[in-house]
Amino acid sequence: MTIGLEHYLILSAVLFSIGLYGALAKHNAIVILMSIEIMLSAVNIALIAFSRFIVPTALTGQVFALFAMGVAAAETAVGLAIIISIYRNKETIDANKIDLMKW
Amino acid sequence: MGQVIAFWVFAVATIGAALGVVLLKNVFRSAVLLVTCFLAIAGIFILLSADFLAAMQILIYIGAIGILVILAIMLTKQVTLGSPSNKFKVPALIIAALFCSGVIYAIVNTHWQISGAAPTAATTSGLGIKIFGTNGFILPLEIIPTVLLATILGAIVLVKDRNK
Repeated sequence: MTIGLEHYLILSAVLFSIGLYGALAKHNAIVILMSIEIMLSAVNIALIAFSRFIVPTALTGQVFALFAMGVAAAETAVGLAIIISIYRNKETIDANKIDLMKW
Repeated sequence: MGQVIAFWVFAVATIGAALGVVLLKNVFRSAVLLVTCFLAIAGIFILLSADFLAAMQILIYIGAIGILVILAIMLTKQVTLGSPSNKFKVPALIIAALFCSGVIYAIVNTHWQISGAAPTAATTSGLGIKIFGTNGFILPLEIIPTVLLATILGAIVLVKDRNK
């Protein structure tokens, strides 16, 4: 038995679904952010698997994954800054109680 | 054979750690398992012969994002509160399961054009040529520093204490 493209893609899909569940079903804003990180990593696995098995010498998928990593780092920094700012003002990071923009 | 064993070890570690992140009650344990998950994903990258990206995964995700998440947990004192599920637990589970089965069905039933060529041995120089060479990715590369500058400014402005 050899490990092919499908194995990596299914691993990526399962990981993305776990992240999706966490992002939808959690109270804690930091846990939601961590779930989004898992989803981004799952996408990176899919990009690199396509790069490895479809065009092994082109490396384009790896360049895409590199840019995705840079944007993910920026997204985490801003997300955590927003969470800390909300915690200062409202003393909570419960996503159900953060309803400042609800009409 | 060794590659098959390594794939299954890393895959089980990745999925198990990710499940721990979303299912555990203690937020700090979730953060430590998130770092474990990133480490296993770096192993997956090495199996896909993406050595530079595995190094970047460890540097950026574990070194920067992992530390940042743990720091935020320490600053917000929500460890004891835990991370309970909200009232959308069952719908979220159904949506995630439907999405997962749909994507896996599509993956299994697609005929992929697998290339038999051997992958590039050391990807670092290849990636450099790909990004900086002619018809490369110079413009996205120039946009990334702009994004990072905006991030730094945004994070400073957001976290600044306005009362002083």
